[in-house]
Amino acid sequence: MIKFLLMVNKQGQTRLSRYYEQVELGKRASLEADVVRGCLARRKEECSFVEFKDYKLVYRQYAALFIVVGITENENELSIYELVHNFVEVLDKYFSRVSELDIMFNLDKVHIILDEMILNGHIVETNKTRILAPLLALDKMAES
Amino acid sequence: MSDVVEKTLTALPGLFESQTGAAKITNRLRQLIKSITELTSKHEEENLIKRELSAIKEQVSSPNTTMKQMREIMVRAMYCEMLGYDASFTYIHAIKLAQQGGVLEKRVGYLAVSLFLNEGHELLLLLVNTVLKDLQSTNLIEVCMALTVVAQVFPKDMIPAVLPLVEDKLSHPKEIIRRKAVLALYKFYLIAPNQVQHIHAKFCKALSDKDPGVMASSLHIYLQLIRESPDSYKDLTGSFVTILKQVLGGKLPVDFNYHSVPAPWLQIQLLRILSLLGKEDQSTSELMYEVLDESLRRAEMNHNITYAILYECVKAVYTIHPKAELLEKAARCIGNFVLSPKINLKYLGLKALTYVVQHDAKLALQHQMTIIECLDHSDFTIKRETLELLFRITNAQNVTVIVEKMLDFLCYVPIKTLTFAPDNSWFIQTMNDVFSIGGDLLQQDDPNNFLRLLAEGKPEEDDQLRLYAVESYLTVLKGHTSHLPQCFLQVMSWVLGEYAHLQESVDRREVIRLLTQLLDQRSVSSETRVWILSALTKIPEGQTDLILDLAESLSSSQDTVLRQQAQELRHLSQDSQLREWVLVENSCAVDSSLSFLDGFVSEALAAGAAPYKPPHQRQEELSLNLEPYSFSLPVSLSSCSITDRQSPTLLSVSSGLSGNSAELSTLILEGVKRVWGKDGYLPQKEATAPPVDEPSAAVQPASQQEAAERIEPRPEPSTQNQDKQQLASSLFVGLGVGSSVSLVRKLFYDGFTASLRGNVMDCLEARSTSVCHYALLMDDPHTNVSLTGTVSYQTQPGHTNTLPFSGTLSTADFIRPLVVTTEEYGKLWLSLSHDVKQNLKLLTDAGDPLRTTLNALKDALQLHVVDIIGSEGIVACRLLSGAPCLLHCRVNGAALAMWLRSPHPALPDFILYHCQRALAHH
Repeated sequence: MIKFLLMVNKQGQTRLSRYYEQVELGKRASLEADVVRGCLARRKEECSFVEFKDYKLVYRQYAALFIVVGITENENELSIYELVHNFVEVLDKYFSRVSELDIMFNLDKVHIILDEMILNGHIVETNKTRILAPLLALDKMAES
Repeated sequence: MSDVVEKTLTALPGLFESQTGAAKITNRLRQLIKSITELTSKHEEENLIKRELSAIKEQVSSPNTTMKQMREIMVRAMYCEMLGYDASFTYIHAIKLAQQGGVLEKRVGYLAVSLFLNEGHELLLLLVNTVLKDLQSTNLIEVCMALTVVAQVFPKDMIPAVLPLVEDKLSHPKEIIRRKAVLALYKFYLIAPNQVQHIHAKFCKALSDKDPGVMASSLHIYLQLIRESPDSYKDLTGSFVTILKQVLGGKLPVDFNYHSVPAPWLQIQLLRILSLLGKEDQSTSELMYEVLDESLRRAEMNHNITYAILYECVKAVYTIHPKAELLEKAARCIGNFVLSPKINLKYLGLKALTYVVQHDAKLALQHQMTIIECLDHSDFTIKRETLELLFRITNAQNVTVIVEKMLDFLCYVPIKTLTFAPDNSWFIQTMNDVFSIGGDLLQQDDPNNFLRLLAEGKPEEDDQLRLYAVESYLTVLKGHTSHLPQCFLQVMSWVLGEYAHLQESVDRREVIRLLTQLLDQRSVSSETRVWILSALTKIPEGQTDLILDLAESLSSSQDTVLRQQAQELRHLSQDSQLREWVLVENSCAVDSSLSFLDGFVSEALAAGAAPYKPPHQRQEELSLNLEPYSFSLPVSLSSCSITDRQSPTLLSVSSGLSGNSAELSTLILEGVKRVWGKDGYLPQKEATAPPVDEPSAAVQPASQQEAAERIEPRPEPSTQNQDKQQLASSLFVGLGVGSSVSLVRKLFYDGFTASLRGNVMDCLEARSTSVCHYALLMDDPHTNVSLTGTVSYQTQPGHTNTLPFSGTLSTADFIRPLVVTTEEYGKLWLSLSHDVKQNLKLLTDAGDPLRTTLNALKDALQLHVVDIIGSEGIVACRLLSGAPCLLHCRVNGAALAMWLRSPHPALPDFILYHCQRALAHH
């Protein structure tokens, strides 16, 4: 199961966070700081998975941005690693070459995309066309 | 209530929208994002967000704020919360936005709700009506977002309100609506399974939906259902297999592909379901062999996602009923992973191997060298996973190496591993390393378990271990102590207090000095100080001057607990009589039958108290967790330790006889339940050691001895005994140790009295002899049988003389070897139902401890040693023309793990008892 998904930059600033299990607001900042520290400390040639408290972290770096997913022990790390890439490919498709600023200025839309892919910590859709369909429909209605 | 609020909210004005206002707010969001990217310190962040929050507060309460502006405000509030600042005053506005906004605003409103509110938040109730309205909307997008939010956060109590609407959506023409409806129902199932009980048939329809997306969503429900009760869904195996085949065969539309692999996450989900279904079920497993084989074959493409599928496939192959061909392929697959230069794959390979070695440890052997390399890998995660793997394959032969590796790593040594410890000094030395390096990172139980291990050993055998510990700790304390973790100091002070006296050569003043020194250190916590003072209290008298000095210096301590203890210490050291009374040296004698409570209990019962109920019965009545507090630490001053003997974790090093109450208290620990049934004491008395019948022939020739008949039982327990038994059975039902002891004592002391009666002969010539033979059989075992009798004779008519005789027989006298072959033994073993397990003392004084021990038993008890293979031996015996008993013995560290089976419920206990006695007397 997926516990949370974070988008964090190299400076450790959170750009997006989604928790699938309740974490108190006050505890999130320190958790995120720990997560970033755990991932930043790792070298390129080391594997993309880190043990972290009760979770495993799966992280993937895109330019200055890290996407980190906290998962339970029984989850398949490599499939999550690829899920992250699928997510980025969807963002790329929607924003045509996504950047950190795209994410910041469209926080709500990125969340809407993520909601289509992951629900309650489960992977519910991975088909790119279908992930984007509701958001594209919304955009269309807003234009007209 | 929600109605009212909704109306109130609708009544709120603010429907204009000025172009300038909207632009200004957009600027505000832009400004906020810009400021966030420019932040350089936490302090700046705080100020920025504080300003932002007050600006938001002002705007949301302004009547002129439009829905469009509100959408931006929500995004700004999301930023504030994302950075960890509370924006709870905006929550109500998120709900309002979901109610009143246009489509895009509504979506953002719902999004904010799902981000801000967790399940159970009371504001969610206000959302119910909006959701109901949107579910019935003709706009598909609105239906969609309502279903999404329902699947994310929805008050559990309100499920019935939306359930019919959601159910309807299952047959909606649009796939996306059906899909989301299935996911919403899945959520309902998770939070309130009873509510969706009636729609299981509809889940089944979703599974066979023509749209692959809808089918895929239904798998979430099925994975959950099957995990809970695999047996109820075996009939669906065929469907899952067919679906997987179709996916593998590329039957899905191309847009389900990810990097040319068809629906990989769907495949993974299906493999998980199949492995749950095939687990421990041969016929179901057979249905999936083909598709698993195909899955292993197809996933040959060189891409991460195919490896992810392969990993899942390998796990499935090893989970279901094994098939050699598949296992071989899966093993080869793991080999490729482990040997891969790609680090992520190597990790996954190790993880798979860790899973697989639990089923087949040999696989680890094939990859020994790789594993060794991984142990020294620079990547922490790889190292950690390798240790996990090693932990699973720890055994008596490799424990020293593995533990050393673990210590090197981060001192994460599960104490359980140490049950395999080869010798005392290694054990103590390793524990020292564990404590001093791992220290306060250790789990709370670890030091406790260690102390239990020390405390529970037999006095004569484990004194050596204790002595070694004492010596070793004195050496440690003489060195630098300031860096030692608190828990290690606590362990050391307890051991020194308890066992320093064992070491004659140690100067007690030295021990006191070392401990007192610790008290002076600032780094020592007050909890540890208490431990140290307790230890000082226990060190035998004679050093009053030192103790008084110490008590004096502590009497002004700021810590009340310490002051109190110092005071106690002073009193005790001055009053030797009191001291003797409080601190009974070696007070290991535990009245485990709790007989001292008998009076109290019978009084309480007489006064109407409910009789004792064992935990398992109580648990049936209330669902509270009543697990015993089994890991309590013996911190009390006296050296007695009443420990939980049923603890399975780590007692095999030291299990065996305990303390001075030796023989009786260690009898039959596990077999107790045979004698003490669920309803309490199972009366054994009516079973007999039969008195021999009056033989029909006055003189029985020797050849006829075997013709002796069995005699009817003749129960004769006294009424007093019956009462005692009743009390005992209500008191000790389910209390392992206590009951066995009281039972055995009773049998031991009371025994069973049988009388032999027989008419002998008319006349005996002078100086001739006559021999009478009687055969005594034992139907039910008893510890003791007393034999009394009289011989009456007349030397001259009318003058009768009586000559009494008596003797005592024990079960051992009725045991005979049972000569069987190993095969027969194996068959018999499986057919026997009553078993008892117990660790016995191993005679280690000769080269082959197992053989020596078994021979000793054989000599003492007439057992038949059937076979000895490696560290295991099988032995058989029987009661004289009665029930057989099979013994399976295995060397387990310094103990002999004995496992007895017999068709007779009580026999194993008695034989075990005699084995213990035989070994103790050896």
